[in-house]
Amino acid sequence: MRRNGLAALLFSTLFVVFMIAPLVVVIGVSFTSTGYLEFPPSEPGLRWFRAILTNPDFIDAALLSLELGVTSATIATVLAVPAALAIGREKFPGRDVLQSLFLSPLMVPTVVLGVGFLRFLTLISMNGTLIGLALCHAVVIFPFILRLSLAAIVGLDQSVEKAAVSLGASSLTVFRRITLPLIMPGVCGGWILAFITSFDELTVSIFIINPSTTTLPVKLFNHITQTTDPLVTSVSTAMILFTVCIMLFVNWLYGLDRLLIGEGSR
Amino acid sequence: MNRQSAAKPWLLSAPALTLFLALLLTPLVMTFVLSFNSFNFYGGIKNTHDFGNYLDVLSDSFFYEIFARTFLIALATTVVCVILGVPEAYIMFRMKPFWRSTLFLVILGPLLISVVVRTLGWQILLGNKGLINSGLMNIGLISRPFRMMYSSPGVVIAMTHVMIPFMILAVWASLQRQDPATEQAAESLGAGPLTVFFRVVLPQVIPGILSGSLLVFSMSASAFATPAIIGGRRLKVASTTVYDEFMGTLNWPLGAAIAVILLVSVLIIMLAWNRLMERRYSGAFG
Repeated sequence: MRRNGLAALLFSTLFVVFMIAPLVVVIGVSFTSTGYLEFPPSEPGLRWFRAILTNPDFIDAALLSLELGVTSATIATVLAVPAALAIGREKFPGRDVLQSLFLSPLMVPTVVLGVGFLRFLTLISMNGTLIGLALCHAVVIFPFILRLSLAAIVGLDQSVEKAAVSLGASSLTVFRRITLPLIMPGVCGGWILAFITSFDELTVSIFIINPSTTTLPVKLFNHITQTTDPLVTSVSTAMILFTVCIMLFVNWLYGLDRLLIGEGSR
Repeated sequence: MNRQSAAKPWLLSAPALTLFLALLLTPLVMTFVLSFNSFNFYGGIKNTHDFGNYLDVLSDSFFYEIFARTFLIALATTVVCVILGVPEAYIMFRMKPFWRSTLFLVILGPLLISVVVRTLGWQILLGNKGLINSGLMNIGLISRPFRMMYSSPGVVIAMTHVMIPFMILAVWASLQRQDPATEQAAESLGAGPLTVFFRVVLPQVIPGILSGSLLVFSMSASAFATPAIIGGRRLKVASTTVYDEFMGTLNWPLGAAIAVILLVSVLIIMLAWNRLMERRYSGAFG
């Protein structure tokens, strides 16, 4: 294969600029000391980062989003791993239908899901509760965990399990001591992807939160659509930093391309 | 197969199935039923069952405009993603492993960063006094700011940034399936790099382009954050209209009807597209 020409490298460079420009701008603006959005900042300072600390709303929202992400990703993982074992290992009538159902939250427009959840939670008087939010998020992020768990289970060498069974291990022991440790990287990758998706989720949450359960993306969205002060950029910079840390960790643990490649080839 | 092993897969998936029956199918059915109810500003939601909301939507040019705008923005985003994403995926594919994985991190990384944050970046870039306009005016290319905020082109630019990683991933998957010998054969016969790309590589990655396009189109048609922030209150698309009906005017039945129309049209487009792909490239999908 020949190497890329000058034009190709130029195109690629411009493409990278396009991809990182909005993030660079947000980070740049957050270091201004003025009361308006300017880039590059004329008087650099940490004024708007100190403003986060005096704004308990944003901190509360961030803590809530963390709690919500951990809860919903854990619920979805606990439910998705057994389902993935069934779909990946067994042949049974209705298997394809079951798999399509479990992946269907990816096909339904999120705004439609948000509307449905709002109607449902209102009728059972659970609208705005954390557990209601967590269960709805669990449905939305379920496909990510299912897909990565399935990939891990299908790629598993079953001879180790057979050896354990032949040595007299019960099926629970085989799962706990053999299967689970072997599929752990895939399950962990799925958990992290699901956690981030829940942490960033806006469209479903905005329908089913109430003022006391406002998540960080919803808080940020409301702030952006109502006012423009650099506070939104310093909060965003903190979110970018948090995500980049997780991203580097995942890349080291599992490989970012492997984690995301399923998203493009579904 | 004995009885116990026949029940095993269902026992394993029973907890997940319960969650999906309670929190996916029930809400969707409820939304469907809600869309046939009626709404009165003083009396609230009435438990009627007729096509009033659908007739309202289908007989009002206001809603036609919203749906036309939604699908045109989605189409434009898809086309831009193909034009920019396919060459970039191919260039990345030809790079050395180090640069390839670095670029992967830069291009796929934004997928994990909140859409709200990314759209905020575009809001700062696209404004009348934003970086792009002031930059273009400083070098004298334009004399007046080019209006991009609160306009469809602005939404398409910001949405392309959100969607293009999905296109690159889809094309990447089919680039890995193609036979590298075909490129070498074309090169050894004297074909230039552009000829190789258009005549040899492109035809082989068309299945990837098609599945990526479907993904990008359906996600763009139902996107909320980007059109809400860049488009603002006046440039409405289907999803922001649903939000306004539910949270602003509180006409839930009408909002539900718009949501159902959006859902059904996206599903019809996806099924038709899949049919077309399967008929044309039945051998190419593994």
